[in-house]
Amino acid sequence: MPETTLLAAKTPASGVFAFSRPTSWQVIAIMISLLVVIPVVVIFSAWGKSEADILSHMAEFVLPELLSNTFWLLLGVGLGVTFLGVSLAWLTAMCDFPGRSFFSWALLLPLAIPAYVLAFVVIGLLDFTGPLQTALREVFGPLKLPQIRSRGGVILVMSLALYPYVYLIARNAFMTQGRAALEAAQSLGVNRWQGFVRVALPMARPWIAAGVMLALMETLADFGTVAIFNYDTFTTAIYKAWFSLFSLSAASQLASILIVFVLVLVLAEQHSRSNMKYGTVGRSASHRRIVLSRKHGWLASFYTAVVFSIAFLIPMVQLLIWAFNAGATDLDARYWAFVRHSLWLSGLGAFIVTLLALLLGYAGRQQPGHSMLLIQRIATIGYAIPGAVLAVGIFIPVAWLDNQLIDWLKPHGWQGTALLKGTLLVMLLAYAVRFLAVGFGSVDAGLQRITRSIDEAARVMGSHTWSLLSRIHLPMLRASLFTAAALSFVDIMKEMPITLMTRPFGWDTLAVRVFEMTSEGEWERAALPSVAIVLAGLLPVIFLASRGDKQ
Amino acid sequence: MRIPFYKLFAGLIAVLSFQSATAEEVVVYSARNEQLIKPLFDAYTKETGVTVKFITDKEGPLMARLKAEGSNTPADMLMTVDAGNLWQAAEEGLLKAVNSKTLAANIPAHLRDPDSEWFGLSVRARTLVYNKERVKPGEFSTYEDLDNPKWKGRLCLRTSKKVYNQSLVAMMIYEHGEGKTEDIVEGWVKNLAAPPFPDDTKAMEAVAAGQCDVTLVNTYYFGRLMEKSPNLPLAIFWPNQNLKSKDAGVHVNISGAGITRHAKNPAGAIKLLEWLSSEKAQNLYADVNLEYPVNAKVKPDMTVSAWGSFRQNLINVKEAGRLQAKAVKLMDRVGYK
Repeated sequence: MPETTLLAAKTPASGVFAFSRPTSWQVIAIMISLLVVIPVVVIFSAWGKSEADILSHMAEFVLPELLSNTFWLLLGVGLGVTFLGVSLAWLTAMCDFPGRSFFSWALLLPLAIPAYVLAFVVIGLLDFTGPLQTALREVFGPLKLPQIRSRGGVILVMSLALYPYVYLIARNAFMTQGRAALEAAQSLGVNRWQGFVRVALPMARPWIAAGVMLALMETLADFGTVAIFNYDTFTTAIYKAWFSLFSLSAASQLASILIVFVLVLVLAEQHSRSNMKYGTVGRSASHRRIVLSRKHGWLASFYTAVVFSIAFLIPMVQLLIWAFNAGATDLDARYWAFVRHSLWLSGLGAFIVTLLALLLGYAGRQQPGHSMLLIQRIATIGYAIPGAVLAVGIFIPVAWLDNQLIDWLKPHGWQGTALLKGTLLVMLLAYAVRFLAVGFGSVDAGLQRITRSIDEAARVMGSHTWSLLSRIHLPMLRASLFTAAALSFVDIMKEMPITLMTRPFGWDTLAVRVFEMTSEGEWERAALPSVAIVLAGLLPVIFLASRGDKQ
Repeated sequence: MRIPFYKLFAGLIAVLSFQSATAEEVVVYSARNEQLIKPLFDAYTKETGVTVKFITDKEGPLMARLKAEGSNTPADMLMTVDAGNLWQAAEEGLLKAVNSKTLAANIPAHLRDPDSEWFGLSVRARTLVYNKERVKPGEFSTYEDLDNPKWKGRLCLRTSKKVYNQSLVAMMIYEHGEGKTEDIVEGWVKNLAAPPFPDDTKAMEAVAAGQCDVTLVNTYYFGRLMEKSPNLPLAIFWPNQNLKSKDAGVHVNISGAGITRHAKNPAGAIKLLEWLSSEKAQNLYADVNLEYPVNAKVKPDMTVSAWGSFRQNLINVKEAGRLQAKAVKLMDRVGYK
């Protein structure tokens, strides 16, 4: 008998806070979430200082517009990444059309381009002063064209920059969910479109949701992209309080509101599908693609080519032109060190993120329940906190610990100003705090795909937890783990505020170079390190794509 | 688990103690870019043998870092690219007063802290840049005049979130008071031809393309843009030159530095600061970014001199910091984004 697709079954019940003795898996999960909880507590502790003056100013003049801006941005980006990610994933995973095998991996490439870089290039090309409008004016005279620096523009750019999260995870889901259910549905008289909407989409829902959630968290934390559009969001208010009104505590208070909001959002999303369980159906079913008609096939090619061009090809060409112009002066021997540092940090960081994500996800499998779900969600909240605020939240406790240790060591002749701060250890843990959501999203999605009956069968045959993990789950999770590692690798490569704040002396990376150039508006000189980031980011993306298709 | 961590910790201590035992060095936290300061530090090391270690970041995080590190900060000097942040660092007790005749002699009084906690090292002038083909320079007079309805649909501005605009408005509050300044800035907003731009260069490009006629920029952005595209129909106008008021003059800001309160090598850091204000370093410091030297004995770069001379506003730049929060709130109230 084939397994049922949507098995409506309650997760094993347990109270929200079970006061029984915690199991070792719960301890592991709590330890991991502590990494995030400590900086979050630091951020919340800002409420100890009254900033009523700033907050009331914000509430009166700033927040009404920002909240509506943020709402529309989330809605727009949410719909945008869902539409782009799901449609592209479906086409490349399930259909056949000219260029499919190229696009199936090429559509991941925009991941490697930081959203603010895409924003800068798109505005440069499409604004009043850009080549397109200039050419149109020369031909047609003065024109009234839609403004790219607008709500629609920022939604478009962020959707194009962030859809790969949905694409990657949804594509994995479509590839592995097999065709059996779809074929069964078709044998019951369901047409192709209905099959997609009523069978394939619901089956892939947790994966799509995981990808969209990542995109939305990044949208909420984003400052660079919206700043280029001068589109004020809630994050703008946070940085305004800190950098312009000189109040880090007001900024932290606002950030803590954001954290609560995100927590509610992720818990609500999770609750909405808490009664469902997802398994694989007919993995062994042959993976035959839907053959599109000639016309539809070319339409599919055209659509994917347009998305690929706007999200990757055109910005990349622009970056290359700039990089070539600036390269002569800026490219020197130091660049190898920047590249090396970036690769090291991203590689080690991705490893740690993936490891922690696996432990956290596995803890949830071994000890399911409401309290575990809550712990997992808290542990992954770092992705939605604006980078610089999180960086300070991490730095303060580390510096505090350092100060305690130094006070303790000084009488023993210790001379120095740092023990932990300025070490790679702190830097890597900080990356884990920030990007655990990225790793966890794909690992958790992968774990959900492994049905519990496999665990039970293995247990009956005498397997213990660890051998279950290493011999059964790890091989089945391989694709998800690679996804987690590749996503966090690319994200760490692009990361700026935490890198700036926690890097040891001399550990400048490519992202630091981008910061140096952009902070004084030298965008064209920022192209060289940006191109290097894209090229280095290509490695895992290509690796990932080749892996994914071998399955 | 315990043993590797212990080893790691011991190794860490060994590495760090080794580091702290090297020759004289000065540690700088800098918001001024690596490419702008490294040539100077390299020259200083060559001349004196003193190593300069530095970390770059934005001002906000650097100050948060100094605060968290407290007496165990490795930093001897904090460098920023505006006066407001230096004022704030002094306000938070992160800097300490420096008594140096050299600095007092090299740096004009309005470009350093009256309490000697920070010092300007280069001057950044914020002025008008206009489209030569669409406006005659005779139509301009002051920053304030840009609120005149004759500029309706002809003005472009950078976002109010940039500190340079906040400093300018803060200085206007100092001169005119909040009420009048609010009217002026409101007038600017009414005259805007396009939503505020993310940077000075974009605003100038809009002026060149005819989207608007005039904008407010720091001169080095103008210099950089003209170096790249010399044929753009753009020119500089120095505002607020013909007024009788003692406060008249072009709005200037500084990039500058102060010695941290818990500096480990304050003497070395003061020497570096004095050297940076000296005649031999000032050209290198300012010219690399087409800024103006603070030291009056030093002539600006040729490109920069070609823009003509102007009278600076002589109000102490610390007012930009003191009144910054007021300026930001004012701009929020009139909807300058």
